[in-house]
Amino acid sequence: MPTFLREVHMKRHNLLDILFRNVTCLSAFAVLVLLIAIIVSLIIGSLPSIKAFGFQFLTSAEWDPVMDEFGALVPIVGTLVTSAIALLIAIPVSFGIALFLTELSPRWLRRPLGIAIELLAGIPSIIYGMWGLFVFAPLFADYVQPWLIEKLGPLPILGPLFQGIPMGIGVLTAGIILAIMVIPFIASVMRDVFEVVPTLLKESAYGLGATTWEVMWHVVLPYTKIGVAGGIMLGLGRALGETMAVTFVIGNAHQLSASLLMPGNSISSALANEFNEAVGKLYTSALVELGLILFLITFIVLSLARYMLYMLTKREGSTS
Amino acid sequence: MSVEKTVNPKLVVRDLNFYYGAERALKDINLTIPEKMVTAFIGPSGCGKSTMLRTFNRMYQLYPKQKATGEVLLDGENILDKKQDLNTLRAKIGMVFQKPTPFPMSIYDNIAFGAKLYENLSRHDMDERVEWALRKAALWTEAKDKLKQSGTGLSGGQQQRLCIARAIAVKPQILLLDEPTSALDPISTAHIEKLIDELKEEFTIIIVTHNMQQAARVSDYTAYMYLGDLIEFGDTRTVFTNPKRKETEDYITGRFG
Amino acid sequence: MLTLYTRRRLINALCLGISALAMLFGLIWLGWILWTLLANGLPQLSTAVLTQMTPPPNSTGGLLNAIAGSLMMTFLAALIGTPIGILAGTYLAEFGQRGWLAPTTRFINDVLLSAPSIVIGLFIYEMYVIKIGHFSGWAGALALSILVIPIVIRTTENMLRLVPNTLREAAAALGAPQWKVINLVTLRAARAGIITGVLLAVARISGETAPLLFTSLNNQFWNSDMNEPMANLPVVIFQFAMSPYHDWQSLAWAGALLITFSVLSLNIMARVLFRQKSTTY
Repeated sequence: MPTFLREVHMKRHNLLDILFRNVTCLSAFAVLVLLIAIIVSLIIGSLPSIKAFGFQFLTSAEWDPVMDEFGALVPIVGTLVTSAIALLIAIPVSFGIALFLTELSPRWLRRPLGIAIELLAGIPSIIYGMWGLFVFAPLFADYVQPWLIEKLGPLPILGPLFQGIPMGIGVLTAGIILAIMVIPFIASVMRDVFEVVPTLLKESAYGLGATTWEVMWHVVLPYTKIGVAGGIMLGLGRALGETMAVTFVIGNAHQLSASLLMPGNSISSALANEFNEAVGKLYTSALVELGLILFLITFIVLSLARYMLYMLTKREGSTS
Repeated sequence: MSVEKTVNPKLVVRDLNFYYGAERALKDINLTIPEKMVTAFIGPSGCGKSTMLRTFNRMYQLYPKQKATGEVLLDGENILDKKQDLNTLRAKIGMVFQKPTPFPMSIYDNIAFGAKLYENLSRHDMDERVEWALRKAALWTEAKDKLKQSGTGLSGGQQQRLCIARAIAVKPQILLLDEPTSALDPISTAHIEKLIDELKEEFTIIIVTHNMQQAARVSDYTAYMYLGDLIEFGDTRTVFTNPKRKETEDYITGRFG
Repeated sequence: MLTLYTRRRLINALCLGISALAMLFGLIWLGWILWTLLANGLPQLSTAVLTQMTPPPNSTGGLLNAIAGSLMMTFLAALIGTPIGILAGTYLAEFGQRGWLAPTTRFINDVLLSAPSIVIGLFIYEMYVIKIGHFSGWAGALALSILVIPIVIRTTENMLRLVPNTLREAAAALGAPQWKVINLVTLRAARAGIITGVLLAVARISGETAPLLFTSLNNQFWNSDMNEPMANLPVVIFQFAMSPYHDWQSLAWAGALLITFSVLSLNIMARVLFRQKSTTY
């Protein structure tokens, strides 16, 4: 073939190579810009509130739109408590599910069961909210809460957590709904993590005569603990930021109460309920600051989660 | 073998060193690869024979931290030179890999892919080129009725011949074969060995193989490598029947025995 | 006194039993929620739901404007987010071996993947809605596209990494420049996986409510102007379900049924597609 043609092709290709590389590079860069833009815009939006309340914003339980007095304590506590309840329920259940999927389930059932769990993760959160409000909360109020109040209410230390009237909605209900929502996330990470355990390691434990449970508890779990912790943090990140499921059932009351049966508020549900109705610069700004706080908390939690999961895969890479 | 053929140097390697990071994988290699003959590189795994092949088309440059020093002269021109355009170089030096690598497209498009890169062929010329390449690769009779079907649907041996056809459709001067039959069954292997014998009429062929009988069967010249050193290089018959170095003899007899 | 061995076996049986119960526990919620949707939503489904506009309180109507709005915004969000996601994912997989940009982007992207979606809504409100002065369909589509990008980046990178390096080498060995290698060979080999990622992203955003509350909000009437507030299924379901009106609540159930089953079928479709294709390579 004529050499001049090659020259022309060569120049064009080199140009297109550089162009293509730069376009993809720019797109990757856009992700960083996006993160910075989110943080900066939220900071700018919350400046009036930051100026007005300073650090007191974090410790004050006051939330009075009429007097323009705002403090984030109630929603922050609500977010943390609902997420804690969710994890308390979700961790053991997810572990059980992951154990069942990796060790117990017959092979032909694994895929359908795995898909079922992933479908649970696919259900839009608003559906959880509706279901929680219309189906779960009434049953909870009729059958479970009276029992909790009667049996646990009089106890010395735990008691105050379970006093009040059975209303169905409230912090505990929100926590339970959240638990159902995050179970599939935690369970699928745990399952993936358990599957990276070398077969040889498991077989050598079985070879010593260990039972399935002992292999899981003494070999698989210690081997994968960073990854399991990462999965839990991932679930926590989801729970902290979840909006719709919580908004339906938490009760949206700006009050601090020792009882888990009483209505409360979370950051995301305060935003969902009040943002569009907020009048006045300070009210809006206080809500944006709530959003900023939520973003920062979840950012830290999710960063830790990712870091832990990276550590696991890195170790995988170095040992194999 | 082809003693009566005149020997012209095609590729001259001078003081070639290769590094994976700090690790030196090729040590001061010097040799001359003759034109339109088959040169085989043999040696235990990790000896550097594949690395050698990958310096000839600078495939190593896809990866960071790998570098080569010294000279590799293709018709007198140093291809390790920074100014050397990689894509043009690779159009001149084709390569076939250990495992068949059909692209996710039709058989026809697989072969046209490379040819289209540097030539503006008319539809008719391209059809001819595809047929030519498939005939050269002894795949035409099997593939002519399914040119529009996916290349991934062929058998392993057919896929490998498709890859050879794809490489020669670009009309390279040199063909690098990196253990081309190691993933194939004996019948496909025999097919490909016969092919190599025919292809050397037109192309300079360099083959890396771990199979010594194969090197003895197909090559005119053989290089034995060990731990990054070129131990012995010469006429295949001499290397196999009357090696100058004891290491070569040990390796050859050890494997044959 | 139990022997040690019997005790070990008992503990094993107990724990495995509990694990099976946990599995059942997960499945019960799925079944219960789906059953609730069918029981409450199916009786409400009628042609009116698909052909009429959202009604004022205490009158009948449908969800047509909300369905149309959701489709438009979801489509546009995917249209904006997919190319950026594929390009960035390509960068991470194909050019990301050196430098700081790729690892940083990968990390940030993984974090954004599960960032609270309501904050994304807040971000678009601050950046866009305030500037133009009113809620709009574009704002909604933008917010959703920010949710699409991380998912597509993640799947694109993962799928490209599954493409064997020998395929890249084979294309490069023919003298193909890198942009051709990537566009004609690698991306094509990863196509099924990437499409799966886009489908999963669409499934994810079509159920999202929180990011739309402060961006597209809602609109009681038919609207095809992306510059106006736009009705969409999730927000309509939210408002109708939380309302005291029976007609609205019924429509909310119908909407909930529609949205869940479209999201779940998208999910299943994505998985089936990927499974079929992934066996051929």
